[in-house]
Amino acid sequence: MMRHSKLTSLEEAIRRSGLRDGMTISFHHHFRGGDKVVNLVVDKLAEMGFKGLHLAASSLSDVHAPLIDHIRAGVITKISTSGLRGALADAISHGLMEEPVVFRSHGGRGSAIASGELHIDVAFLGASSADELGNACGYSRSENAKSICGSLGYALPDAQYAEHVVVITDDLVPFPNMPRSISASLVESVVLVDSVGDSSKISAGAIRDSKNPRDILLAKSAAKVVINSGYFEDGFSIQTGTGGASLAVVKYIREEMISRGIKASFALGGITAHMVKLHEEGLIGRLIDVQSFDKVAAESIKSDPFHQEVSSIEYASGEHKGSATHALDIVILSALEVDTDFNVNVLVGSDGIIRGAIGGHQDTAADSALSIIVCPLLRGRIPCVVPKVTTLITPGASVDVVVTEYGIAVNPSRPDVAERLRKAGLKVVDIHDLAAKARSIIGTPDPLPFGEKIVGVVMNRDGSLLDYIRNI
Amino acid sequence: MMFVPGNNPGMMADAHIYGPDSIMLDLEDSVTMAEKDAARLLVYNALKSIDYGTTEMVVRINPLSTPYGKKDVEAVVKAGVDVIRMPKTETADEVRELEAEILKVEEEIGAVGRTQIMAAIESALGIVNAFEIASASPRMMGIALGAEDYTANLKTQRTPGGDELRLARETIVVAARAAGIACFDTVYSNLDDMETFRAEVEYIKTLGFDGKSIINPRQIEIVNEVFTPTPKAIEKALKIVAAIKEAQAKGSGVIAVNGKMVDRPVVIRAERTIALALASGVLTEEEAAL
Repeated sequence: MMRHSKLTSLEEAIRRSGLRDGMTISFHHHFRGGDKVVNLVVDKLAEMGFKGLHLAASSLSDVHAPLIDHIRAGVITKISTSGLRGALADAISHGLMEEPVVFRSHGGRGSAIASGELHIDVAFLGASSADELGNACGYSRSENAKSICGSLGYALPDAQYAEHVVVITDDLVPFPNMPRSISASLVESVVLVDSVGDSSKISAGAIRDSKNPRDILLAKSAAKVVINSGYFEDGFSIQTGTGGASLAVVKYIREEMISRGIKASFALGGITAHMVKLHEEGLIGRLIDVQSFDKVAAESIKSDPFHQEVSSIEYASGEHKGSATHALDIVILSALEVDTDFNVNVLVGSDGIIRGAIGGHQDTAADSALSIIVCPLLRGRIPCVVPKVTTLITPGASVDVVVTEYGIAVNPSRPDVAERLRKAGLKVVDIHDLAAKARSIIGTPDPLPFGEKIVGVVMNRDGSLLDYIRNI
Repeated sequence: MMFVPGNNPGMMADAHIYGPDSIMLDLEDSVTMAEKDAARLLVYNALKSIDYGTTEMVVRINPLSTPYGKKDVEAVVKAGVDVIRMPKTETADEVRELEAEILKVEEEIGAVGRTQIMAAIESALGIVNAFEIASASPRMMGIALGAEDYTANLKTQRTPGGDELRLARETIVVAARAAGIACFDTVYSNLDDMETFRAEVEYIKTLGFDGKSIINPRQIEIVNEVFTPTPKAIEKALKIVAAIKEAQAKGSGVIAVNGKMVDRPVVIRAERTIALALASGVLTEEEAAL
């Protein structure tokens, strides 16, 4: 062990952190569905007898179902997150917790941490590699690399602002683990564990193009919107999601970029293999990466200096002076529901159960010059363009275009965009007609039987309250 | 013409969004015996309540010789289907039998003559009788090849080159043209091999078919690409039609375009190119009128 080593056991790190009942602990979600850190740490905290903790994660997913027992036992009494999925989300939707879950966007979480509104006592930050002083990152240069995730963007505000930082890794490497994401100067303890994540569930390997005909149709339509929006010119910037349709959009835009000789200045947000490919082809100047969605992106951030990791604050925090979303031209986003006022819901399903995440939706929609929502009119028998969203996540004022398989609706506040799309021969329709169309095919669903208990609150990115989620 | 199983509401609800020229809702082979009644009810309601826009709606019924055929005819005619596709057609009498069934229902609802017939030919006997079938009724709008049953009947199987279908395809095109109706080629079911699919579409277009049957929206783009006239072909066709109009105005019978004599078959082909370009949306009525 090196001199001044911070290496210790998890239990000892917790003891040294000064954690007490009622304090706030934080986690990032870069290991996505493969994450083992949250369950490992909370199991240990339960074993050590902690109660009444506030768990502030950048997001939670199916893999965190074991938290249900810790909530029942009173170990965790409050949760702040961007999203919830799976059994934990079901239980919370049915009223598991006494205190409502606080939902924030990624940028909103960064702002809340920086302002002190979300004060973190102890951050437990999983890392794909770390040295004994705590220099940590989401990739590894060693042969023992087990669980690489690329960018650690969502963990950086925690590292910077938490009172106490514990780095947890499964690949302890010799000092100096540099370049690094998290600097040793911010870290109090380093813990070596067998595994921080199941690499097969952290990220997809090779991404295959979607063969779903609806995705392809939506993607082609969204690509036409991008190309004819007035923002598709040399030096433009873009962000897309990772759904089948979003990925396919990149493919069609790429073809048009090549044929017109247009290059993008940067791609932002969650970075995928598709974006890396365009970057390596010289079609995108810089990749600004808060989250690497696949192995190709994770490898690229390790070796390419123009593929830059950023914190969620630098990525998308509204008032922050360096926020990259302020320079973003076009964002392509998905939705569970859109309503006739262009409000979007990405969090609560049409069955009233929480099944999603705000992510950067609010942030990018608000700050980008053009926000495009790609959303099928129908998902099986579920209408997705509705008179009123079940839960308000992104206000319609920041949504410009909604692309469905039945036509493209443009926010009346953007007559310039509507005009350009019409001129290009695209089928621009009134969003009320889309909602009516959905109703004519499917009928009007029965209202959801929500209860009286508030199980979640949705914060806007500026810290104001947007909506409540009730139990069902 | 896109095949959609008649027992799949999710696919039926919005099959038209992918832009096929026609949709064939299937009550026959894709529906099991146990689901025949449920599928008929679904198809009836889909035709009644879903706005398929300008897409031509076809329903493949069960053969009239089965307990389901006549019920299928009654349901879909009442629902206002454009075309009934009769499977496994072998003789002109079968077409006339279907015609009589359709007429019975149409008289009942006061909509005589609304429903057209397409006959699928899927056997050696059907090929031998192709022209009689094609000309059996004024309601006949087209004949189509069903290759799976046909090759089974021939005691062979389908091959990528399609040698086993050569006579059937050529016979169907000739019979359709002789009867003055349309003809449609069979499906190609390997969705992972779009190259062979494209080659097959190009081949059947050369043979003279009006269209191709498809089983997945992903195949639409290729069919459209192959069948949509190129800008060059459209330009040439417009020139020919313009020249013939000018010649007619001057009272001259023979014309030349780009130094080549243009005779009647060339004009017919040019008119067909323009009609196809209009139908595929690459040419507007205004542009065609210029």
